[in-house]
Amino acid sequence: MSDLLKSYRFREERQADWQRLDLILTKAENGGVKKLSDEQMLALPRLYRQAVSSLSVARSISLDQNVINYLESLCTRSYFFVYGARTTLGERMMMFLRQDWPAAVSQSVLATLLAAFFFFGGWALAFFLCLQDMEWYWTFHGQNFMEGRNPDATVEYLRSTIYVNEDEIGDGQLTAFSSFLFNNNAQIALFAFALGFAFGIPTAWLLVYNGVMIGSMYAVFWDKGLGYEFTGWLMIHGVTELYAIVLSGAAGFIIGGAVAFPGGRTRLASARAAGQKAATIAMGCVVMLIVAAILEGFGRQLINSDEIRYAVAGSTLIFWLGYFYIPRKAPDA
Amino acid sequence: MSAAPPVKPVDTSRRPGLSMEAAVQRRARLAEEMRVSKMVRRLVTPEGAAIQLRLGSASERAGAFLIDIAIQWAIVIATFVGLGMVIGAMSPGSANVAFAFWLVFFFFVRNFYYIFFEIGQRAATPGKRVLGLRVAARDGGRLTANSVLARNFIREIEIGLPFQFALMGGDQFGAWMGLFGLLWSGVFLLFPIFNKDKMRVGDLIAGTWVIKAPKAKLMQDITSAAARPETGSRFAFTTAQTDAYGIHELHVLEDVLRQSTPEIKAQVASRIRAKINWTRTEGETDLAFLEAYYAALRRRLEQRILLGDRKTDKYDVR
Repeated sequence: MSDLLKSYRFREERQADWQRLDLILTKAENGGVKKLSDEQMLALPRLYRQAVSSLSVARSISLDQNVINYLESLCTRSYFFVYGARTTLGERMMMFLRQDWPAAVSQSVLATLLAAFFFFGGWALAFFLCLQDMEWYWTFHGQNFMEGRNPDATVEYLRSTIYVNEDEIGDGQLTAFSSFLFNNNAQIALFAFALGFAFGIPTAWLLVYNGVMIGSMYAVFWDKGLGYEFTGWLMIHGVTELYAIVLSGAAGFIIGGAVAFPGGRTRLASARAAGQKAATIAMGCVVMLIVAAILEGFGRQLINSDEIRYAVAGSTLIFWLGYFYIPRKAPDA
Repeated sequence: MSAAPPVKPVDTSRRPGLSMEAAVQRRARLAEEMRVSKMVRRLVTPEGAAIQLRLGSASERAGAFLIDIAIQWAIVIATFVGLGMVIGAMSPGSANVAFAFWLVFFFFVRNFYYIFFEIGQRAATPGKRVLGLRVAARDGGRLTANSVLARNFIREIEIGLPFQFALMGGDQFGAWMGLFGLLWSGVFLLFPIFNKDKMRVGDLIAGTWVIKAPKAKLMQDITSAAARPETGSRFAFTTAQTDAYGIHELHVLEDVLRQSTPEIKAQVASRIRAKINWTRTEGETDLAFLEAYYAALRRRLEQRILLGDRKTDKYDVR
């Protein structure tokens, strides 16, 4: 047995390069691409190609399990590194804000209209039912008194919930309340997106339900002649918040539609394409709800003039519509 | 990507010289190999080379998830306790603001923990990293940020929904609704068990899957120890002796040499000696014998492979 095995010689000649690649990968995985020197960056593609070809040769000539497992793992790792994403988190965020998000929203006008139909349908239904007979309010809300904003309250009390006295604010309670609402709404938005997978039916139900909740409350104020003031109170942040809820519903419908009616593609491919777009919209909803919470926590409680409230509501609406639907030049790749 | 061709078990039960017990064992081994090969997917790189990816099993995924959940809870509880201690020293106003920020933080831990880690270079949460798992795009392409978002937002119906229904109770009607909802949402929770790619609903929507990509270490080649001149002259095996075993036995022997105790090595050595009629010479250690036989067997089997003849195991007599 004086001469060496062919497979052993094969390994002897190449293992230094394999280990060098291993070292570079470990460094990159632990500290990111920036840790690598120029020389290492230049060596990487060559070492990667060599490892891949070593693997296919080793599979056919070597019976050393350890070598094959090692190369298999090395090639997998380097494949994911070489063909992996190279952008930083900041770049991805900018890309999301400047391009991906508005593009995803403006491509889904139909789904948005459908979601708006369900939401405002629920709203209108509850509103007109309650105006005819206030007993409906209790049917919708059960025994939840909504901080006394119910049909039994006096006009003065209802008016007092819309405006904030100077001496009441400043305890930070408003901030706590709006962050609680943000949590709640953002969770509902993500839920509406996720439920879309069940062909969008639960999403539709969730939209109608939220519409009914707000519509019935609206009826209470309208009935007492406070419709104009309540709209200002609701819409200063509501434009952003309700828009976000409608968009999250739209994201759910996109997925539901893609799963139920895949068209010419396979169901998997269709779900996949829709999922990417819908997830972008859902992520955007979280951003919108953060904006809404800020408007709610500060704007609504500090601004007590109806005119300014309407002005803020109007300008947020114009801002969102412009941001989403004004066509923009595709950025140079 | 397509499934790797499954290993076809060869019916050898009626071969001469194969006992009932051995046949049962062999069949069990082939069935196990077949089961493992069902979890392997081939990925052809742009260079034209095939890489074999092994999918993470449902139990590995569940294990990783439990670790991640534990970490999330640890973060939430630790920050909450920390907040509780700091809040005593604050005015009511700033305490409320601090609590408000904690609530938002809670939301982000709950929903963005997975996204934060999976969007990174390793495409794996700490739990997945511990178990050697990572997320990959199903078409072998780049794992996009949108995919990571999609697969993690869907988690809400896979975990959150069954959990909410399980907590739903109240009157008779509510309990029945809860049970019905639990069954319905259980479909989402148990989805990975019922498809061959072990995809969650989130994976399906995002076009991803979770693969097992553990780090392996390159160890010494065993034949390098056997290549020393003094061992070469001592151990000269005949062709008949090196034809006694096949590739499966070679791999078992490699495992024995790499990781088992001296007692097991001694047992294996005496069984091989009996099988190939090797008489033990003066001063011959078990380890040296096993290493030399491993080298000789591998040489013989590799030679046969070059001629297109894979002897899969010792029953494979051609």
